[in-house]
Amino acid sequence: MSAHAYDPASALADARARIGMWVFLASEIMFFGPVFFAYLYGRYEWPHAFFAASRSTDLLCGAVNTAILLTSSTAVAMALRYAEGDLRRQARRALSVVMLLGFAFLLIKGYEYGQDWHEHLIPGRDFELRDAANQAAAQLFYFIYFFSTLLHALHLLIGIGLIGYCRSYLKRDTGHRAVRRLEVIGLYWHFVDIIWIFLYPALYLAGRAS
Amino acid sequence: MSTPLPATAAPSYLHDGYSLWSWITSHDHKRIAILYAVSITAFFFIGAVAAGLIRLELVTPAADAVDADTYNRLFTAHGVIMVWMFLIPSIPSVFGNFALALMIGARDLAFPRLNLLSWYLYAGGGLFTIAALLLGGVDTGWTFYTPYSSIFSNSHVIMTLLGVLIVGFSSILTGLNFIVTVHTLRAPGMGWFKLPLFVWAIYATSVILVLATPVLAITLLLLAAERIFHIGLFNPALGGDPLLFQHLFWFYSHPAVYIMILPAMGVASEIIPCFARKRVFGYKFMAFAIIGIAVISFLVWGHHMFVSGQSVYASMVFSVLSFMVAVPSAIKVFNWTATLHKGSISFTAPMLYALGFVILFLQGGLTGLFLASLSIDVHVTDTYFVVAHFHYIMVGGSVMAYLGAVHYWWPKMTGRMYAESWARVAALIIFAGFNLTFFPQYLLGYEGMPRRYHTYPDQFQVLNILSSSGAAVLAIGYMLPLLYLFWSLWQGKHAPDNPWQATGLEWQTSSPPPVHNFDHLPDGSAEPYDYTPDRAVQQ
Repeated sequence: MSAHAYDPASALADARARIGMWVFLASEIMFFGPVFFAYLYGRYEWPHAFFAASRSTDLLCGAVNTAILLTSSTAVAMALRYAEGDLRRQARRALSVVMLLGFAFLLIKGYEYGQDWHEHLIPGRDFELRDAANQAAAQLFYFIYFFSTLLHALHLLIGIGLIGYCRSYLKRDTGHRAVRRLEVIGLYWHFVDIIWIFLYPALYLAGRAS
Repeated sequence: MSTPLPATAAPSYLHDGYSLWSWITSHDHKRIAILYAVSITAFFFIGAVAAGLIRLELVTPAADAVDADTYNRLFTAHGVIMVWMFLIPSIPSVFGNFALALMIGARDLAFPRLNLLSWYLYAGGGLFTIAALLLGGVDTGWTFYTPYSSIFSNSHVIMTLLGVLIVGFSSILTGLNFIVTVHTLRAPGMGWFKLPLFVWAIYATSVILVLATPVLAITLLLLAAERIFHIGLFNPALGGDPLLFQHLFWFYSHPAVYIMILPAMGVASEIIPCFARKRVFGYKFMAFAIIGIAVISFLVWGHHMFVSGQSVYASMVFSVLSFMVAVPSAIKVFNWTATLHKGSISFTAPMLYALGFVILFLQGGLTGLFLASLSIDVHVTDTYFVVAHFHYIMVGGSVMAYLGAVHYWWPKMTGRMYAESWARVAALIIFAGFNLTFFPQYLLGYEGMPRRYHTYPDQFQVLNILSSSGAAVLAIGYMLPLLYLFWSLWQGKHAPDNPWQATGLEWQTSSPPPVHNFDHLPDGSAEPYDYTPDRAVQQ
């Protein structure tokens, strides 16, 4: 419950910010659209190479990262509840957790990229995946893998910056404006999380069952 | 003062600071509209010069004016500039910005600072495109088809891609701004079915901008990655598939055609009822037709790929869906015609442009049906028939409507009346010049002249000369408004607040409007297009 009285101008600003963020997220989904489409296309055209390539990803890192992002989303939701209840200090603490989890995700992802480098899984001249008969298609899988996870990591990095901004804004501005900003930035964070929820099974899990 | 008392006492937005700085830092949607108007006009004439050189080369069958390579760069520059730097931002960014907020009785757009950022992104992207042009240009065609663009082309592909990418972000932010504005800032009493059709059209356009443009952005990034790192999805030598690029490209670029034509339809729906003094026929059908076109626009991209080797069944589905676009489009043409029926029509300049739009759009639409038919499309693919078809839509349709909008809202934007007789002459010259340029191209294409070649067999020369002389007429036609509109800024008569006795909230404030648009919050509950004879029009 908000501690502030109803104010039409503020309610309008709330609506504007909310609709604006939802429209932006619709646009963002379409940004990832071609990547998922290319993935589907490749999986349909070269299923065996994609299965083999998918099996060579690091399942543990992917799973841990999924857990980390889901936890961070919970922390964002908690921060918003705290902020709406005017518990600013707790809200800011929750946001610190969100940022730490975001950085943890990026660190693990970076470690994973390092492993990929050692295993010659970076698309380019010395790409080699021993299990795949069709090296070209396996390389395409890894092209999609890097393109999509880097695009996602870029979004996450922006998200961490925005959460950090929100965290300091909650201190600087005691009004409702900080809560509104936290709400729409929280929406963005959940979106980045959800993109990962789709990337994770597509890149890590899909090939392992067969 | 001979003019009647203005509706507001505050100084106009034009007098809110005179320095260049006050313009390029303004958050006022009306000033940003002017920034767009100036920049897209510059791009229009750059693109037009490229077109002029193309038509000059095609006067004779041999290569005399330019060589093959230069010709490729010319038509690419023409396409890239006209599509992304002129047509897509034209009506939405200029008149969407200027008129949308006024028409729904709002003080400004929902996010004024974001709006200014959109213009800077547009200008930045434009600079990249110009830089690529000055460094030598691009020769891939505006479609950037792979694998030519990703491996073989030795021109400035990356820089042009960057320019288009940045302009794309401008489109997305503008679309977002318009959507939120229409949702949250309508005047009290203005329900969705009291919105002017121009607002509906801009809203539908914005939805396409927001949903289709990101697909282009990522596709261009994938193409750039393939070109820079030599790994990728589109190159068959690396295991990729060039058809994938075509699918992704047209998934954006077909809806992009509707980004160009929907706002034009909105403009016609404003002008025709005003100068026929009649309520628009079938308002709700018009609104739903706009939404219908926007929805179907996402489902027809495959008709650009009938001969690409995609599955025959896919082609058949895309053909049927493409025919379906004709239904809402026809509803619009019928309803404009029915609006004119028994109206008291005055052939002012905006009306001439609007009528020209309807006639040329009709022709472009009907030849679209030829192209949606699988068998005929095989015959005319990549010929001048296609070139003529889309120029009837994009130039005959969009540019005519854009000029109509310029004349219709000129008094409101500038506070001055343009020279009516000159404007009528220019409209007629443009209509004649346009048909002379592009009608012969239907015949050329049907007889088999392929597009994108700088030479052709002798038998096509007569029609090509007709087309090129039409282009000269068209050039005169396009120069005229530039001159008399410019002249009117200093010498034109002061415009009354509502020179056309039009309905619509934008005419209830002064010409030009004050910075805050309205002194009192306007009432949005009036029926749209209420041009009944006994109604006392608010002056």
